[in-house]
Amino acid sequence: MENLYDVVIIGAGPAGLAAGLYSARAKMKTLILEKDKAGGQIVTTNEVANYPGSIDDATGPSLVARMVEQAESFGAERKKDEIVKVELQDKIKVITGEKDVYKAKVVIIATGASPRYLGVPGERELTGKGVSYCATCDADFFTDLEVYVIGGGDTAVEEAMYLTKFARKVTVVHRRDELRAAKSIREKAFKNEKMAFIWDSVVEEIKGDGIVEKLVLKNKKTGEITEIDAPEEDGTFGIFPFVGYVPKSELFKDFLETDKGGYLTTDPDMKTALPGVFAAGDIRHKSLRQVVTAVADGAIAAVQAEKYIENTFEN
Amino acid sequence: MVILEKNNFEEEVLNSKGLVIVDFWSDGCEPCKALMPDVEALAEKYEGKVKFCKLNITKARRLAISQRVMGLPTILLYKDGEKIEEVTKDEAKAANIEAMIEKHV
Repeated sequence: MENLYDVVIIGAGPAGLAAGLYSARAKMKTLILEKDKAGGQIVTTNEVANYPGSIDDATGPSLVARMVEQAESFGAERKKDEIVKVELQDKIKVITGEKDVYKAKVVIIATGASPRYLGVPGERELTGKGVSYCATCDADFFTDLEVYVIGGGDTAVEEAMYLTKFARKVTVVHRRDELRAAKSIREKAFKNEKMAFIWDSVVEEIKGDGIVEKLVLKNKKTGEITEIDAPEEDGTFGIFPFVGYVPKSELFKDFLETDKGGYLTTDPDMKTALPGVFAAGDIRHKSLRQVVTAVADGAIAAVQAEKYIENTFEN
Repeated sequence: MVILEKNNFEEEVLNSKGLVIVDFWSDGCEPCKALMPDVEALAEKYEGKVKFCKLNITKARRLAISQRVMGLPTILLYKDGEKIEEVTKDEAKAANIEAMIEKHV
């Protein structure tokens, strides 16, 4: 059968690349599909300090480049295609992309998650015009300007500190009166002279004529509204929301079980309720979403995929 | 693709007749690097009809901002030196860039 793979992996983040590495190394015909860039969220992360073994040159892109090389060295194929439809109920799964149709004995879903939008007026219109979800992409633009980071978790505070290398001042706007970020990260942030904090506040609106000019905040405790205007000499400033993630489970949620947040539920072997369909990485319901847990998921899924194929297809 | 910098932007884009595509990218922008091969393929496809250029904003930040570009990747389409359309961020993918060009060729 044409285009029939043993394993098709949807998503080339750390989970998908690890699954690809294990799968190809086990001599299964393996394809990794990715809609745009290999690496998933980690590739836009400047510093990866907590992945075991990654100390020197510990950037997201360098880590991902090594993962890609390693998966390919064992024979995993990679293709760039955006998947629009999946049929996973039958023994042979059909995955339809914008460019091609793929068939597989096993599908590993590793589509991950994407940044959550604030959902306020002006946000979508001004994305790429001062609103950004990718600090490594856009930090250059804010050299010597002011930047507001929205959120108080690990990602928000780490990205805020990264942005201090470029921006004149970085203000973290958080809905509570203390950061949720880990202690080690908080301590560094409070020591950083370029960092400022606005507590108990949420974004109401972002305004600007083709470029960000105004940020409207509301204090959750007092109800007070504050309008922050771009300094006249700058004309604009940056807004980087890091307020959590949403799973990319749209294609699957009609026939696979999800939790309340839309993440796919699996058993400890990464199996979904459908035979031959596995999920790995950030797309899964789990307690810790990190590179280190994503690659573990990917490895488990690939090993289980091999067992499933042996039991289902051979003899 | 024509490589743009501060000195030749005016000549190659703003003073250029016809359709010009400018791919704004930077060294730190991984999505830009992933998109670049698609843009290069389009450059080949539309050779002779649309001039394709790329600008690394790392050394031309103010120039990019002057074109109202504050996020990457961004692809701008100019006609006779006037910016007429753009795609940015998640919208900046091969199919959308091609659709944007097709409206004007």
